[in-house]
Amino acid sequence: MAEAEESRAGGAAKPLFAGLSDVSISEDIPVEGEITVPVGSHSPDEDYSTLDEPVKDTIMRDLKAVGKKFVHVMYPKKSSALLRDWDLWGPLVLCVSLALMLQGGSADSKEDGGPQFAEVFVIIWFGAVVITLNSKLLGGTISFFQSLCVLGYCVLPLTVAMLVCRLVLLASSGTVSFIVRLVVVMAMFGWSTLASTAFLADSQPPNRKALVVYPIFLFYFIISWMILTFTPQ
Amino acid sequence: GGARGAVPFSFPATPLRSGGLGSFRLSSQRPAELWEAAAPPEFDDAANLLAGNPDATTISIDEPSENPKNQYGLLQDSRREEDDELLGTDDSDKTELLAGQKKSAPFWTFEYYQTFFDVDTYQVLDRIKGSVFPIPGKNFVRLYIRSNPDLYGPFWICATLVFAIAISGNLSNFFIHLGKPAYRYVPEFRKVSIAATAIYAYAWLVPLALWGFLMWRNSKVMNIVSYSFLEIVCVYGYSLFIYIPTAILWIIPQKAVRWILVMVALCLSGSVLVMTFWPAVRDDNRRIALATMVTVVLLHALLAIGCLAYFFDAPDLNVLIPTAAAQNGTIVATKTQ
Repeated sequence: MAEAEESRAGGAAKPLFAGLSDVSISEDIPVEGEITVPVGSHSPDEDYSTLDEPVKDTIMRDLKAVGKKFVHVMYPKKSSALLRDWDLWGPLVLCVSLALMLQGGSADSKEDGGPQFAEVFVIIWFGAVVITLNSKLLGGTISFFQSLCVLGYCVLPLTVAMLVCRLVLLASSGTVSFIVRLVVVMAMFGWSTLASTAFLADSQPPNRKALVVYPIFLFYFIISWMILTFTPQ
Repeated sequence: GGARGAVPFSFPATPLRSGGLGSFRLSSQRPAELWEAAAPPEFDDAANLLAGNPDATTISIDEPSENPKNQYGLLQDSRREEDDELLGTDDSDKTELLAGQKKSAPFWTFEYYQTFFDVDTYQVLDRIKGSVFPIPGKNFVRLYIRSNPDLYGPFWICATLVFAIAISGNLSNFFIHLGKPAYRYVPEFRKVSIAATAIYAYAWLVPLALWGFLMWRNSKVMNIVSYSFLEIVCVYGYSLFIYIPTAILWIIPQKAVRWILVMVALCLSGSVLVMTFWPAVRDDNRRIALATMVTVVLLHALLAIGCLAYFFDAPDLNVLIPTAAAQNGTIVATKTQ
């Protein structure tokens, strides 16, 4: 078509789009694409309207997800379930129960009591946020909430330790009980640290792993210290 | 070596292609950034090649007399070169080229803050080692930090120190008051926040004040050496590391032991601070330079002594003897039983 135009113009005036006649698309450059229009595809969510199901089902689904993650923490294998479907319900429940159990220590002592509820809460959440920021700044590939989720769930062994400590303290508060508490807390501290490291260490650059693991160690150490020094009124 | 005669290189006056130029080997670490900021047109090809393959080693034209280990940056600051001679740092690894180009991201992006955490494990450990064992004649900043100040060390060393002091103080008080009948153990959690405030204030406000002071003096007297704010924060942060084992050893309830520990820690980290900041003030008025050094060391000492006084109760010497006697009494009593 451009050539016809050219011949009409006679060559005196420059034809429009002159250069286009020389343009050709070589055959070996593939032109790809899709022009299909999706016709009413059934996405899985459409069949799964949560509005019609009984409330019990909704709650049980979330509880099961949380429970599954608890199991993952207690037996830390390298599964990606904890990371993929993160949720913060588990950490919230653990943090609140830990803070409540630590609450009773020296509540009416004016100055130098144990940590109050708000202090434990802030330490756990602020500590988790700082560690997550630290690992992201060092070049980690994990997302913010995934990391919070892992750190929160790995408080579970320490919550169990707190429960055990309170029970032991109900029985006696002498040296023997202290040694029992010390052993339990140390074991749970090791478990927490190993569990969270197992989940988080892979997402870090290899020559900075120790830089990321150390704050996690410090975080669980502080929580363990608060558990160990808990003295009931 | 002799290759220090490399002339500060300035684009685009000297073309790359001439063979007799003298040599520089470009670092292959971050070639993309390297070329991005300061590449004149004739380097475009190289830049495109590098962009395609960031791990490739870049062009290297060797000076005949150069030690192959040396890496010289382009645009090398001749002032810093001279100063390194004076400080006696014979380190061959100078990648100062990247100094001005590192923090190029705007400050509201996450990448900007990532540049302050660009350290590997071995680098952090080296810096800690350098702060604890000062080498006479070597400058901590030049030797270890080398235009890559990090915030990881200062932040986490301060955090560790806060909890080390709080926990050690609690433990030490527990052991000191153990025998007393009226004593009831309290975890003393309030002291954590006090320790945190004190230590973080020291680690951030004192460097700020010192940096401001040095800038002010710099405007009056031309100093050879000038430090950026982050480098000063870095030095202070790492110099606090020695207090962590000191705090743990302060659990020992002997006054003499505690004071010896204070002296040793102060000598080690104080000397790191002095050796770092002396070159920055020595060109100044003699009295001001000396006053600055004395203030730096004095503040460092005040922190240590303040922590010792506030968090660690004084071991009561005349209580230890009766408790020892009481223990002997109980041992005898149990034996007779």
